[in-house]
Amino acid sequence: MTGRKRNTSKRGPEWASGLKQLYDSVIEEPIPDAFKDLLSKLDDGKR
Amino acid sequence: MSREERELPERSAADKRAFKQELTDVVPHLRAFARGLCGRPDMADDLVQETLLKAWAAQERFEPGTSMRAWTFVILRNAYLTDMRRNRFRGEYDETAAERILTAPAGQEEPIHLSDMHRALLTLPPERREALLLVGAGGFSYEEAAQICGCAVGTIKSRVGRARAALTTMIEDGTIPERSIGDPSAHGAILEELDDVAAGRGQAIPTK
Repeated sequence: MTGRKRNTSKRGPEWASGLKQLYDSVIEEPIPDAFKDLLSKLDDGKR
Repeated sequence: MSREERELPERSAADKRAFKQELTDVVPHLRAFARGLCGRPDMADDLVQETLLKAWAAQERFEPGTSMRAWTFVILRNAYLTDMRRNRFRGEYDETAAERILTAPAGQEEPIHLSDMHRALLTLPPERREALLLVGAGGFSYEEAAQICGCAVGTIKSRVGRARAALTTMIEDGTIPERSIGDPSAHGAILEELDDVAAGRGQAIPTK
């Protein structure tokens, strides 16, 4: 799976601006604590 | 990075921390994709939590340097499709009623109404919805979306095309499903309906 290729236009396809707004609105939400808790419990050897 | 080495290296603590950091960074995107797929924020967040646990368990299979986003999106959409097939609602999956319920916000902290776009999106079959989300909002190319969904590029293009056409029609014709709630006191009624559907007593919510 290639990693570096991205949609070159930051705004994405023209027809999808509404969809993008919807998507971006979730990205901008603060991360709920439940996620921070879960991530902190994953054991990566850090004490 | 040598590609001839096929055996998976054992992960050092540093590797794990790097993986965890990348995983943390991708959480907002997972939430956005899940929200587009599921509609209900609480279900979407459950799906993301499930995805994070699976990703962590499978970290040996992630190739450093490749897209964490693409890799975790695969896990998420597979989990979503599996859950749907296993009838997360536990009762018979009544598509009409369930989709209308799914357009209702779950918690008090959510705004009362979802955008027209979101409601329209949720009426699409999952394969078209995910294709549209990946290409239109997720920033993936058609080729990347095809890899995530495990299908041909042509299939993705066709799904995106149909999804776009359906959305455009709904928006232009004004045939997006109406919000079935008008005020906060309807929340409870909606959630009770959800329980009914889950118990197999699903009935379509009367539209206005």
